[in-house]
Amino acid sequence: MSLTQLCERLLNWTGLPVEVWVGLVVAVIIFLFMTVIVLAVVYLFRKFAGFIQLRLGPRYVGPRGVLQTVCDAVKLLAKEDIIPAEADKGIFIAAPLIVFLPAYLAYIVIPFGQPPHFQPKDLNLGILYVLAITSITVVGIITAGWASGSKWATIGGMRSGAQLISYEVPMSLAVLVPVLISGSLSMKDIAEMQGDRIWYWNAFNISYFGLAFIAFVIYMICALAETNQIPFDLPEAESELVAGYNVEYSGMRFAFFFLAEFSNLFVVCAIATTLFLGGWYAPLPFLPDDGFWSLLWFMLKTLTLVFIVLWIRSTYPRVRIDQLMEFAWKRLFPIALIDLGIVSLIVALR
Amino acid sequence: MKRNSDSGIGSNYPWHKQRPVIEEPRPGEALRADRLIVNMGPQHPSTHGVLRMILTVDGEWVVAAEPDIGYLHRGFEKLAEMRDYDGTIFLSDRWDYLASMSNNIAMSLAIERLLDIQVPERAQWIRMLVAELQRIASHLVFIAAYGLDMGAMTPFFYCFRERERIVGFFEALCGARLTYHYVRVGGVAADLPDGFLEELEKFIPMLQSGFDEIDELLIYNPILIERTSGIGIIPPHLAVSYGLSGPMIRASGIPYDVRKCHPYLFYDAVDWDVITHEACDSWARVWVRSQEMRQSLRIVKQVVERLKEMPAGEVRVKLGRSIRPQKGDCYVAIESPRGELGIYIVSDGSGKPYRVKIRGPSFVNLSIAPRVLPGVKIADLVAILGSFDLVMGEVDR
Repeated sequence: MSLTQLCERLLNWTGLPVEVWVGLVVAVIIFLFMTVIVLAVVYLFRKFAGFIQLRLGPRYVGPRGVLQTVCDAVKLLAKEDIIPAEADKGIFIAAPLIVFLPAYLAYIVIPFGQPPHFQPKDLNLGILYVLAITSITVVGIITAGWASGSKWATIGGMRSGAQLISYEVPMSLAVLVPVLISGSLSMKDIAEMQGDRIWYWNAFNISYFGLAFIAFVIYMICALAETNQIPFDLPEAESELVAGYNVEYSGMRFAFFFLAEFSNLFVVCAIATTLFLGGWYAPLPFLPDDGFWSLLWFMLKTLTLVFIVLWIRSTYPRVRIDQLMEFAWKRLFPIALIDLGIVSLIVALR
Repeated sequence: MKRNSDSGIGSNYPWHKQRPVIEEPRPGEALRADRLIVNMGPQHPSTHGVLRMILTVDGEWVVAAEPDIGYLHRGFEKLAEMRDYDGTIFLSDRWDYLASMSNNIAMSLAIERLLDIQVPERAQWIRMLVAELQRIASHLVFIAAYGLDMGAMTPFFYCFRERERIVGFFEALCGARLTYHYVRVGGVAADLPDGFLEELEKFIPMLQSGFDEIDELLIYNPILIERTSGIGIIPPHLAVSYGLSGPMIRASGIPYDVRKCHPYLFYDAVDWDVITHEACDSWARVWVRSQEMRQSLRIVKQVVERLKEMPAGEVRVKLGRSIRPQKGDCYVAIESPRGELGIYIVSDGSGKPYRVKIRGPSFVNLSIAPRVLPGVKIADLVAILGSFDLVMGEVDR
């Protein structure tokens, strides 16, 4: 009996439609992919931060310490699960999942390489879906802060809510620029419109007089704020709020927050790559960018952006909450709005 | 009038009666949220030790702040009464554990004043050398910790790299890295080891470039300036009336430095400036400390030159097995990294001090916190409190 026959038998035996099984398999693959990405990014961050900060970073577990993050993850999973007496139990348990789910679901529409092989599902509303899904994170964070029954966590959750909602506005405006240029909301179409010449990529396209590059910069600044990175890491400001909204969490629930945070970091950089840096395409036409090459190019670009974010994270101090709000509403918002207006004029006149 | 007595924390302290009365919200402010009493510390990561602040916050605003100290009280003033004079020096290591050398010097100077003895010249220069190196080391810790408070992780490591080298020099002097017990009554414990000054001369330019790096990374960082300027303003008259000293008062524009105003050791024989800043805010306090390190380095350079000319020789006066000063009392103040560190000793003619009183600069500097903190944001609270450079070992003693 061949493997195909075995699979068919099994499917018939369960009596569920094939789509359900395909969906489940894809879900598991995405979850594993996400976990691997997060472990890799965390390890690279620790090595990189160590390099910047005159230390060595992880060294002892595995060759050059590569297994350190795996060990940490196992340790977190094995820890005692503490629910504070003051906590609102049901919500307290639900909050990490509410934060984790959007981070997980955002992977569905991102083309990590040449579609259809490296994109789980191309939605014709792709980028809108991502924006909608990731804004659910706020609910989870506020819930976590509120349900902890701790004053510091509550303040952290409230701050985070204000910050994330504020920065979503200029972020959405910046995202609309490549959408206007390519005339599509699908991630795949936006990337394909840019093609394999670096001067046609949205960020570097001269025919929009650098306006798309401004949108790219605005998007990256907002991405810093959306993923709670320094200089915008107020929700978890260690010195003021101890650890912010997740201070009462331990063990596996904390691991979910951690996973979501670094996964979100990767996702925003992946979206920036798709929207502004030509997705999976090579920068020049004679370079190979089909099959696994496309995955390589995509990862290269995304990890470069991740590195820039981590570099900023290890260098700068933190801004204050009112300065943060002022920056979003008084600087980024008008710039993004004007930028979008001019780009839409150019697109309409052409 | 509603009093802030529902906290239940520390309400049986007598000074509770002097707690600032919080006004009821005025009619126009009816929309404001309830006030929250938050306990900051003693295990909070940015109170630098075991300081506990009882905060009343209204949203992001601090309405009242009340320091609660004593978590690190070890009773050094009383302990000193039970030891002979030599034995009090090692206690002084533990007051301000970031500036043990300065404490040693203060205690030794006070006892020497009581004994009325002259310390060998070389010992005095060595004392100046270690005092200034200690000041640099202590200010480096301050800047490192302040950077951490402001969320900048990296400058911490750069500051500690430099401090680690200074601590290495101290280790070469006396074998200890934190509690040195190097400066003793009548001089210093031992002369400089061979090659010490040469190594130090090699280190000075490295330290200079280290300061430039720290300036670039943190002190003149636009985000830090934005964050810390204009907050925690202590006007000069307030600074004087609260008895502040050290970088705190100099950042309020008053050029008061014990080394300049009441010179001890050979501070009048070297060339250096008192750093002041007119801004009176948190950033000024950070800036003053960063510039003071450069001045200290200037002093270190001159002292090294003097010491190189001097032949190695006597560094300690021979005193008897037990020290018995005349009946009397004296007050000696030095400029420790945190301000005016004063020692008042009463001697009754026996081998042990009758009474020792320590005027700790951190303790006095902390006293202005309840005056400055109300009306600031929680985020600024850390930026202001951090700029006081508190060492709880010396506040509580």
